[in-house]
Amino acid sequence: MNDNNSKTFNRRSFLKALGLGGAIVAAGSVVSCASSDDNNNTQEPPVGKMTYRKNPKDGKDVSILGYGMMRLPTIDLNGSAREDDIEIDQEMVNKLVDYAIEHGVNYFDTSPAYCKGKSEHATGIALARHKRDEYLIATKLSNFAPETWSHDAGVEMFQNSLKELQVDYIDYLLLHAVGGGDDKDDAMKKFNARYIDNGILDYLLEQREKGVIKHLGFSYHGNIEVYDYLLAQHDKYHWDFVQIQLNYFDWNHAAKNDEDNAEYLYNELAKRNIPAIIMEPLLGGRLAKLPDPLARKVLARDPERSIASWAFRYAGTRPGVLTVLSGMTFMEHLKDNLLTYCPLKPLTADDMKFLHDLADEMAKYDTIPCNDCKYCMPCPFGLDIPAILTHYNKCLTEGNAPQDNKDPDYARHRRAFLVGYDRRVPKLRQADHCIGCGHCKPHCPQGIDIPKELARISDYVDKLKREG
Amino acid sequence: MLKKIRRLLAAVTFILITLLILDFTDTLMAWLGWLAQIQFIPAVLALNAVVIVALVLLTLVFGRIYCSVICPLGVMQDIVSWIHGRKKKNRFEYSPAKSWLRYTMLGIMVVALAAGLGSIVALLAPYSTYARIVTNVLQPFYMWGNNVLAAIAEHYESYAFYSVDVWVKSLPTLLIAIAMLVLVAVLAWRGGRTYCNTICPVGTVLAQLARFSWFKVHIDADKCRNCNLCNKNCKSACIDIKNHRVDYTRCVTCGNCLEKCNFGALTYGHKKPAAQPAPAPQPANDASNTRRAMIVGAAVVAADAALAQAKKKVDGGLAVIEDKQAPKRNTPLTPPGSLSAANMARRCTACQLCVSACPNQVLRPSGNLATLMQPTMSYENGYCRPECNRCSQLCPTGAIQPIGLDEKVSTQIGHAVWIKKNCLAAKGAPCGNCARHCPSGAIEMVPLNEKDEDSPFVPAVNPAKCIGCGACEHLCPARPFSAIYVEGHEQHRTI
Repeated sequence: MNDNNSKTFNRRSFLKALGLGGAIVAAGSVVSCASSDDNNNTQEPPVGKMTYRKNPKDGKDVSILGYGMMRLPTIDLNGSAREDDIEIDQEMVNKLVDYAIEHGVNYFDTSPAYCKGKSEHATGIALARHKRDEYLIATKLSNFAPETWSHDAGVEMFQNSLKELQVDYIDYLLLHAVGGGDDKDDAMKKFNARYIDNGILDYLLEQREKGVIKHLGFSYHGNIEVYDYLLAQHDKYHWDFVQIQLNYFDWNHAAKNDEDNAEYLYNELAKRNIPAIIMEPLLGGRLAKLPDPLARKVLARDPERSIASWAFRYAGTRPGVLTVLSGMTFMEHLKDNLLTYCPLKPLTADDMKFLHDLADEMAKYDTIPCNDCKYCMPCPFGLDIPAILTHYNKCLTEGNAPQDNKDPDYARHRRAFLVGYDRRVPKLRQADHCIGCGHCKPHCPQGIDIPKELARISDYVDKLKREG
Repeated sequence: MLKKIRRLLAAVTFILITLLILDFTDTLMAWLGWLAQIQFIPAVLALNAVVIVALVLLTLVFGRIYCSVICPLGVMQDIVSWIHGRKKKNRFEYSPAKSWLRYTMLGIMVVALAAGLGSIVALLAPYSTYARIVTNVLQPFYMWGNNVLAAIAEHYESYAFYSVDVWVKSLPTLLIAIAMLVLVAVLAWRGGRTYCNTICPVGTVLAQLARFSWFKVHIDADKCRNCNLCNKNCKSACIDIKNHRVDYTRCVTCGNCLEKCNFGALTYGHKKPAAQPAPAPQPANDASNTRRAMIVGAAVVAADAALAQAKKKVDGGLAVIEDKQAPKRNTPLTPPGSLSAANMARRCTACQLCVSACPNQVLRPSGNLATLMQPTMSYENGYCRPECNRCSQLCPTGAIQPIGLDEKVSTQIGHAVWIKKNCLAAKGAPCGNCARHCPSGAIEMVPLNEKDEDSPFVPAVNPAKCIGCGACEHLCPARPFSAIYVEGHEQHRTI
């Protein structure tokens, strides 16, 4: 029910890359820099080479790489601020922002909901150290909780964003994650409750008139009816942009049905000349860690490019894309992305086909489309849902989810699955403790039937244990 | 020579049996399980005639080498005594046998065995005393060491080691293990084999056989110059040098005296060259056992630290999970294969081998006085999984008899009981986790009120199918007390 900034690598894959050094991702990221600049062998991203897209409304340049402020670094080196109750490392945030701006990034995307509500404040501090015309701020009206559905609460949330960000106008303001709900009726009802019945959308339109909001749009997840409805109202609201989930997997294989596919979402926007802002270009990091046979294919196509760089180039290639968001926790994330986008080398039609074919093959793996966004948490019964789902996915893609106990490698894979499971998820937070209350289900932006998947994983684990 | 052979054999059995007890991965059992089975009291309890006959014959031929080579508690005392001996040489002295104490202890043991007083047997049995010390005092360190390796393995994405939980399974048992360790270690430090020759009932039984053993230590009075060196190095204090006599009931055939004698007056063999003995000694020494105390203290401190850390780990994204508490079971649970509570009470020497090996954290020592330290089951941390029968394969005494997996899943060790007031389903939650996970399909979800269409569905137990494995109790979301728990059966039944 909520949108979600993409990221280069998630934290685990990053640590893994650091720890192993040999991980494909890391190896790829190191060599990709060489290819980003033909006669330059340095790992440092070049200054002044950033690709920009023009916003058709005001003609301003927007960097093709947008900085997502959802996964800010924390004092504790082990995590981004959204995961733990630990303080944001403001010094590091400043450093990252400075470096990004120096290399041409000018789009910063935050929300009152990010980092347990601390992201806007930290973003404001970092950006206030720069000239106001050097950066564009995107933030959201993140009134998810019913307590914030009143007019006053909405206005207060918006005003507070201005205060926290230390600005007197917002460049890009989004209705945050419209389309969430149990079904289409529920989703429409929720949308109306959040933005229409309380007059908040009218208030925001008014702010746009006044110039306090420069661009008004929405981010979408969930039930397509809401998306269609909002676009049908384009003549009335004049959306300046829309934020959608787009990557080479979701182009044809989004979670629920064809109409949710990125192809549909993007084409609907293109028809109306509405600029698209891209989230989840890496599908929660999954496009950086492909199953081994697929990873081999990608590396074979160009051994000098990182696997992740293909996903970023894919997201940025279409002309209607204004910017591609990436939640960069570490300097290494930032540098790697800058190398891809300074400048962007658009994909050829043949490249596109290659990636779409790759996605078809990926779809054959029975992975669960969890992006580890953690919006389902906390589970009232203490389960660590994203950890369970991502462990299962990881084992599937690494070939450690054995099915046939006559397979000669069965014992090895079984051990990897079970030992890894206990490492990743404490026993009391594992799938067998799910009672199927369904509390998590409406929160999943990917529309995963979480209780059903947990029951499936629980049965699978039990089977593995029994067939020792 | 005898001493060297003895030391080598003792070292090998001691190390292997210690590893057997420490192992929680089910790898050593198949190879080393026999080491527990050849222990005297377990063999007696298991009515293992082959082992008993073999041990009797062994003693009748060689004397009490069982005490020197096979019994891990004996070897442990030798190690403690040897450490002290390196600092202080020639420290032993002959003392007369404390027969009244020995026979009293033996009497208590026999009565306890006959009456099925398992906890008394457990306290006196030397092998289980040692095993308890290892599982309670040493194993935590072994596990922490393993966990360090597991953390390193995790870093390198290796699955060679996996982390295990270290927890105090029973405080009384831990305290008893520590107390016994201190007692035995102090006695060994001061007087070598004092424990074996005054308290240990196995020692006393074997002593009677050793009187008549084929091979013995003999003193040749003609060669003896009365230098007293043998006596001063006899950790059993059994060489009466004045009379040139050896108390064979206490001699553990360690061979130390043979090596010490500079005049070849002592021999080990069948034939008696010529001899006569006499004198009187005393063990003395109170070097402190601060080192042991320190280790134990460190264990306690480390356990506290581990607990504190576990609390800290919970981050904001995860709901806090309240710990489950064990329900009060009117009849305690005993593992499949133990046949009945009576069989368990009668045969178990509480060596903790099963507790140490249980991979699901189900078995733990009982705190009940009558069955003190004997294993009992509870399901807060896991349940008795259908694919596991480790404890039954390990048990050296027959308290838990080997049971096949098919047989196990059809053995009723107890039955589940529903507690309506704790049940989330009865309160309207769409729960049915117990029914979903019941491996024997013994739980049906039925309407609470048959006439009401909107009635919540609640679990109902079919006792004919329930085997008491505890999956329902463990996986019940109600905390701290589950809404469904297992009540034990005194007598196990087959479905």
